[in-house]
Amino acid sequence: MTEARRAPENPTMEMTSNKEILRRIEYTGDMLLNMGPQHPSTHGVINFLVQTDGEVMKRAIPEVGYLHRSIEKIGEKVTYNGFMPYTDRVDYITAMCANQGYAMAVERLLGVTVPKRAEYCRTIATELNRISSHLISAGTMSMDIGAVTPFPYALREREFINDLLEELCGARLTYNYLRIGGVAYDLPEGYAEKLVTFLDHFEKILPEFNRLITYNEIFIQRLANLAPISAEMAIDYCLVGPNLRASGVKFDVRKDIPYSIYPEVQFEVPVGKGEVGVVGDAWDRFWVRVEEMKQSCRILRQCVAQVPRGEVMAKMPRKIKMTEGLEAYSRIESSRGDMQYYVVAGAAENAYRVKVRTGSFTAMGIIDALSRGLMIADLVALIASLDVVAPEIDR
Amino acid sequence: MTAEEIQQVLAEKFGESVGALQPAKQDPWVLVKPEAIAEVCRFLKTDPRTRMDSLMNLTAVDWPKRNQIDVIYHLFSYAHRHVFILKAQLDRASPVVPSVEGVWKAADWLEREQFDLLGVQFQGHPDLRRIMLPDDWVGHPLRKDYKEESDYHRMSTTRESPLDGFVRLDELKKRAAAKTAEAPAAQAPAHAPAKKEMPS
Repeated sequence: MTEARRAPENPTMEMTSNKEILRRIEYTGDMLLNMGPQHPSTHGVINFLVQTDGEVMKRAIPEVGYLHRSIEKIGEKVTYNGFMPYTDRVDYITAMCANQGYAMAVERLLGVTVPKRAEYCRTIATELNRISSHLISAGTMSMDIGAVTPFPYALREREFINDLLEELCGARLTYNYLRIGGVAYDLPEGYAEKLVTFLDHFEKILPEFNRLITYNEIFIQRLANLAPISAEMAIDYCLVGPNLRASGVKFDVRKDIPYSIYPEVQFEVPVGKGEVGVVGDAWDRFWVRVEEMKQSCRILRQCVAQVPRGEVMAKMPRKIKMTEGLEAYSRIESSRGDMQYYVVAGAAENAYRVKVRTGSFTAMGIIDALSRGLMIADLVALIASLDVVAPEIDR
Repeated sequence: MTAEEIQQVLAEKFGESVGALQPAKQDPWVLVKPEAIAEVCRFLKTDPRTRMDSLMNLTAVDWPKRNQIDVIYHLFSYAHRHVFILKAQLDRASPVVPSVEGVWKAADWLEREQFDLLGVQFQGHPDLRRIMLPDDWVGHPLRKDYKEESDYHRMSTTRESPLDGFVRLDELKKRAAAKTAEAPAAQAPAHAPAKKEMPS
């Protein structure tokens, strides 16, 4: 503690970066802690500079960038099709959605219409991926606050989804399944039956999961009324997806700015109701994700019943080439919310500029404001409830 | 409201600071004079007709050919569910634009990212420093003329291609083969396995 108090006069500090970080905190005798970058509950390599007086934090400043792989720069160097595997790495937990956002942006640039069957393949893939992502989120969140048991339960179900996705595209994590103009492979034979078998099994698991963890008395006590975000604040900080809906804003890109085949399927958009605490608390964010898994099951069942016959790839030129300066913007609902790609076409076969706006990036921006007056243990729950994924923040 | 209507509202209020609606192939956009951007944004957010309560995305694009940097604001209204796109064109040598952090809090991190990667100066930003890269990094990588330094704190930023290693390996093998051809096998190779006697 005394070390921290002396820190600004310390002449051995040479790194400008440290000075830059420490400059932001006034030295009032508070303890300064580095939470991260290697910390099991920060969901990847993120650093939090925590200014604290005992257990209660005054402030937690997120320091990101440890996983910056300059994906946007790579997007300017490789061809349009060649960038598709890199989009997997933007968000490896929901790689399908990251694929889809980029594919849709380039398709809008080219004016390509994707065949109906390919759209259904995409929806089946992304919705399966959404369930697996929410399972990870729910599992790790319960583990972060001390309940280890639900995590293997969630991962067990995720394994079934991984098997299904592996059968579809050959990969279990970074799929590279979507193509500009369609998808890489058609649904394998007998896939519908396997999917329905899984859904029959999984829909029984969800109430069990709810009994085990969501409505568990200890879990509710731990998360109710924790770090509530009002609707105005959520919109101001540009929170998206489940985090925004937990604050009571009924907005889902799939419903409000429909794309792909979402107008043809029926589903509901769950919003936080403050069932056990106030609207927008950490429990609401957890609950919204569990409800979304139910809705994804509903969408999947309808997709399986409605999928038409036909091609899975539109007619595409071998080399995609466009005039320089064309630009297109795509919005999709990833499992971490409104994911947006902004693509400017270049003169050659590659893009001039690719910008990825992800849900985790804006969600990290709110932590500084929310952390004031929280307990350190609650910071862990707050990060987990926002469901941030480090590679998606840094790209 | 459609983009045309919003542009008309802006043109009435701000006159020459707001340009005409540019009919792009996909999303129409409006050019705004850089010095007016903060007021235009504040007006778009507070006016009950537009109510742009969310800054969805903030991007900058470097155009060395035209000697300018474009800053693009994607606005969205949760109240009315409409989208609007603003662009500001800055001088490439000194890209300065007023910050909109006071209008939307989301702009804090989004502006820091564009400052970090493209070097756009957002005037009035409370904490404009690098976000992705280390604070002592030199240059802004998403500029088109960016050249990476050969090392960072004595860590090399480049590495040999793995294919070069294979080429070297092939050459070594060739050299070894040539050597054995020169000196024919006078003695038995040292590494030949000794014959094991079978236990009877």
